Amino acid sequence: MKNENIIQYIYGIADNALILGQRLSELCGHGPSLETDIALTNMALDLLGQTRSYYQYAAQLSGDGKTEDDIAFLRIERQYKNVLLVEQPNRHFGYVIARQFFYDVFHLFLLQELQHSKDEILSAIAKKAIKEVSYHQRFSSDWIKRLGDGTKESHQKIQEAVDDLWGFTDELFHMTEDDLLAFNSGIGVDLSKIKDAYYQKIKEVLEEATITPPETKWFQKGGKQGIHSEHMGYLLADLQYMQRTYPNMKW
Amino acid sequence: MKNNWPLWEVFVRSKNGLEHRHFGSLHAADAEMALENARDVYTRRNEGVSIWVVESKHITASNPENNGELFEPAQDKVYRHPTFYSLPDEVKHM
Repeated sequence: MKNENIIQYIYGIADNALILGQRLSELCGHGPSLETDIALTNMALDLLGQTRSYYQYAAQLSGDGKTEDDIAFLRIERQYKNVLLVEQPNRHFGYVIARQFFYDVFHLFLLQELQHSKDEILSAIAKKAIKEVSYHQRFSSDWIKRLGDGTKESHQKIQEAVDDLWGFTDELFHMTEDDLLAFNSGIGVDLSKIKDAYYQKIKEVLEEATITPPETKWFQKGGKQGIHSEHMGYLLADLQYMQRTYPNMKW
Repeated sequence: MKNNWPLWEVFVRSKNGLEHRHFGSLHAADAEMALENARDVYTRRNEGVSIWVVESKHITASNPENNGELFEPAQDKVYRHPTFYSLPDEVKHM
């Protein structure tokens, strides 16, 4: 497997962490309470920390003098390979929690497989991240249950968020050519293997939360090919502003 | 939403062998949420290995107005301090 393909495989994982981390960072100082504000920001930092490890490795593999910052801040929209789910906006707290929950459950299954990767660095990153993501999943699952089984208004809002975001879950399991190459080389994860367990877990938690799983059979896709939703441009404008306006600026 | 949540007191053990110490307070809907919030608010810089939370209303506090009768009588009883023993070096955290 060529380095270029491994780099693309890494982007497919790391960009999810970067973009979800960016979405959560937007809530810094705007969380519904001091306690949830800090919790969401902690998760954002966990995700950005993971992103750095992946990008540092990708930069090293590229061998063309690129740094982790170039990868994070200076690609164009089509070069980001995150799924559409993680770029969806923070419409209200229910959306933040539903998006987090749908991603966390996937993320943990993914890392549990990735830790057995033949690539020692990816395996090490996964092992370290598993503890962080276990907590993320615990946090978002608890909140799904609280909102679903809470007041009439909280139930209605979280059900709305689950209904709206459900259509983005199937893309998590799409295998790009680089995903297939990585899997066949023993580096990457077979996503079809974790799909059943994913929906099983999701449905268990939703049931406990008295939320009805949507019956939609139509799913959105595109992010993994770099074809993003209308929200992505605005997100990148925020994310990249500093490096675009003041090239090579350092803190 | 915060206005509906009761107040909790947070106690953290910073390492094994030490006692739990009062770290502060926070709002949470129930004990489980209080533990998670305490983890996020008070242990994010590696401060602890164990957390206790207790709803603030369950703590009975002494009234500062009674400080005179409660605490002042102890001020001039120096003989109650175990300061006349020499402690071996191995005994820590006394």
